[in-house]
Amino acid sequence: MPYPPHFDAALESVAATRNFRKGQEIKRLSDEERTALIADYHPDYRSEGMAPLALGANKGGRVPVELKKMLEAYSLFQPLNINLTEPDYTTDILVVGGGGAGCAAALTANDLGARVLMVTKLRLGDANTLMAEGGICSAVRPEDNPYMHYLDTIGGGHYTNIPELVKALVMDGPEIASWLMDMGVMFDYEEDGSLKVNHCGGHSRKRMLSCKDLTGLELMRVMRDELRDREIPYLEFTPVADLLLDEDGRCAGAVLYNMETGEFNIIKAKAVILASGGIGRLHIQGFPTTNHYGATADGLAVAYRAGAELIHMDSIQYHPTGTVWPEQLLGQLITEVMRGHGAHLVNVEGNRFINELECRDTCASACIRECTKNELGIKTPTGMEGVWLDTPLIPDIQKHFVGIYQRFKKYDIDIQHEPILVFPTQHYQNGGLAINPQAETSVKMLYAAGEVAGGIQGKNRLAGNSLLDIFVYGRRAARSAFEQLKSVETNGNLTAGHLLKWQESLQELGVPKEQQSPIFLPDYTPAGKG
Amino acid sequence: MAEKIPIYYLGKKHLVPEGVTIMSAIEYSGHRLIRGCGCRGGFCGACATVYRVPGNHQIKVGLACQTRVEEGMDIAILPYYPAQKKISDFKPGDDPVPVLNKMYPEMFRCLGCGACTKICPQDLAVMDYIAEAQRGNLDAVAEMSFDCVMCGLCASRCLAQMVPYNIAMAARRFYAAVFLPRPDYVKGRIAEVKEGRYDKEIDSLVSRPKEELQKLYETRDIECI
Ligand SMILES: Cc1cc2nc3c(=O)[nH]c(=O)nc-3n(C[C@H](O)[C@H](O)[C@H](O)COP(=O)(O)OP(=O)(O)OC[C@H]3O[C@@H](n4cnc5c(N)ncnc54)[C@H](O)[C@@H]3O)c2cc1C
Ligand code: FES
Repeated sequence: MPYPPHFDAALESVAATRNFRKGQEIKRLSDEERTALIADYHPDYRSEGMAPLALGANKGGRVPVELKKMLEAYSLFQPLNINLTEPDYTTDILVVGGGGAGCAAALTANDLGARVLMVTKLRLGDANTLMAEGGICSAVRPEDNPYMHYLDTIGGGHYTNIPELVKALVMDGPEIASWLMDMGVMFDYEEDGSLKVNHCGGHSRKRMLSCKDLTGLELMRVMRDELRDREIPYLEFTPVADLLLDEDGRCAGAVLYNMETGEFNIIKAKAVILASGGIGRLHIQGFPTTNHYGATADGLAVAYRAGAELIHMDSIQYHPTGTVWPEQLLGQLITEVMRGHGAHLVNVEGNRFINELECRDTCASACIRECTKNELGIKTPTGMEGVWLDTPLIPDIQKHFVGIYQRFKKYDIDIQHEPILVFPTQHYQNGGLAINPQAETSVKMLYAAGEVAGGIQGKNRLAGNSLLDIFVYGRRAARSAFEQLKSVETNGNLTAGHLLKWQESLQELGVPKEQQSPIFLPDYTPAGKG
Repeated sequence: MAEKIPIYYLGKKHLVPEGVTIMSAIEYSGHRLIRGCGCRGGFCGACATVYRVPGNHQIKVGLACQTRVEEGMDIAILPYYPAQKKISDFKPGDDPVPVLNKMYPEMFRCLGCGACTKICPQDLAVMDYIAEAQRGNLDAVAEMSFDCVMCGLCASRCLAQMVPYNIAMAARRFYAAVFLPRPDYVKGRIAEVKEGRYDKEIDSLVSRPKEELQKLYETRDIECI
């Protein structure tokens, strides 16, 4: 049984218009049209979803209400009760997070000769990085150049990106591609030995390098293998529960939480690189998510109480094509590259409603408009709604998209002949900790890299730019931490004074004691769902 | 609400909605996972699961986040499986067979039982790629093992006690680092960036007001599909 009979009529309409649509041109929106569409339909613009912060470096700034709860929260332990005089671990550079940014930072710090320890929440590599399907953008081809990459990135980000951060991103891009090749990443090639490149939303050149449709898996397992080759120490299931400062206000360590024994441990370090990834598992506005199990905004929470500044934290990326049916795959990503290969977005009447190569926020807003105001969505028997991604338009789909083809086949849906029902899914945190091109945050000796950092992508990230960003800034963070290390002879004593102060401010604001963070993992048990 | 069916998680009976994944069913039964769950999307291999169904002597496997519950199934998620990994040791000009033999000599003790292939939740032909590795056909190993999520199930079954997924890992990296093409233009672009070939152009963008950037952006030429 493929789709249940409920979908028959909608499936017939999409098949009936397929031939006509093949030759149909849909014009891209003008800047005004795009701005209006986003303002009317993008979830970031729903006023009830956002609230101003009551304290901290971004006091008054608006953030999603689910994030506000994490930022305005107490530590998991009583700051007065922890013993900071006998650290359980000491190192030069502490890397927080075992995803792509963290591995890039740890490997680069190791290249330089620094003593590194990595701590991560789940297993090494259980991270958003590993889930990336599409690919990584880098302007390496002769037909392309960093100038065009810059223009695409800043235009896609609606000119909100920090220019110097974009410059570093596009200029380091080629070196990153080469670094990954040297490590033994199996990129895709054409017969003639040139790199295979894909088109994807918002980019004016074909510049996405891929490893079939499992780019992140390949990148992650190669980096993990290299980390093990070099015997860089790492602790799994040991997330950071708070950051520690020294008496001069420099970041100088962390409180670790052992998820299996419930113990807290202290680590002293000369520099900390936060690479703890995103926020998807907070389920902003109830959206499903593409993110891994541990994407719970821990890094933002601990850095914010240590005094770090945030940027663009009112901006979340919803990927236009998250799976709606079957429900077991709810929220899971259908890569952009499918639209790059010609799959249309189609409503219940079989009509297209947007140029599929528009940026993500634009496509996502158009899908939401189709299902709300236009009432042209396709309803599921369980009360969800979506639009079709017309996959049968892609020749040889079972070859180019093996992973996705197989995933649907398990549910008896053959995407060679039937479209996929999709709706926007929470995908990426556009904003994050404010950094400069050296990956420094506003707290001394605290660096941030990867999805936890903001400003690089502006308020709308282009496809393939995040995988680049995590390596560029992971490597930059390690280099600048190492440079700065030389000037930090010994740090002063560790203190948790900032946590005590934070606690007092929360009490004054009347924040209930139970409001603690980080949460580390979402709770999907019936008790946790409430 | 869907019909409820019985499952046994670690030997204990729970009633769970029909059609959900094993992972959701375990969570529905009140367990909050720490081990045994990573990506929830079939990529990371954290949730390798072994199970049996009533009336069938065979051991079955799947990824808990990707496999639907069956009535009466008796489930355990593998929290961890010890594995050995050798330090990569290859460079251009090296011959594949001696390199792999030095890293993983146990590879040649394959008994051909096929238990690895049979158990692979990704439907990879594990035994066959090991045979290709023995012959030094790195490209074949790389292609045949590409979808490996390194869940550890093959290692748990191997009679020769090897860790097939780490052998495949070594073969893929060796193949990519040493044998895949390296287009000259990548090196060329890195050199151009180093020499400052783009500095002026990009700096002109960095300092440009939004309106001008917007004009440049909207009129930029877009490469055909
Ligand atoms: C399904 C999917 C597909 C994607 N596809 C693409 C694509 O094709 N191209 C692209 O460019 N981008 C893509 N992205 C985005 C991109 O993959 C991510 O933004 C990027 O990989 C993030 O890397 P990171 O290292 O910053 O974070 P992650 O890779 O998520 O790593 C963060 C790590 O930190 C750990 N951690 C979390 N909290 C703590 C804590 N308190 N203490 C210690 N460790 C902690 C996490 O468990 C995790 O291991 C995709 C994302 C998803 C989810
Ligand atoms: S949780 Fe990652 S494969 Fe199942």
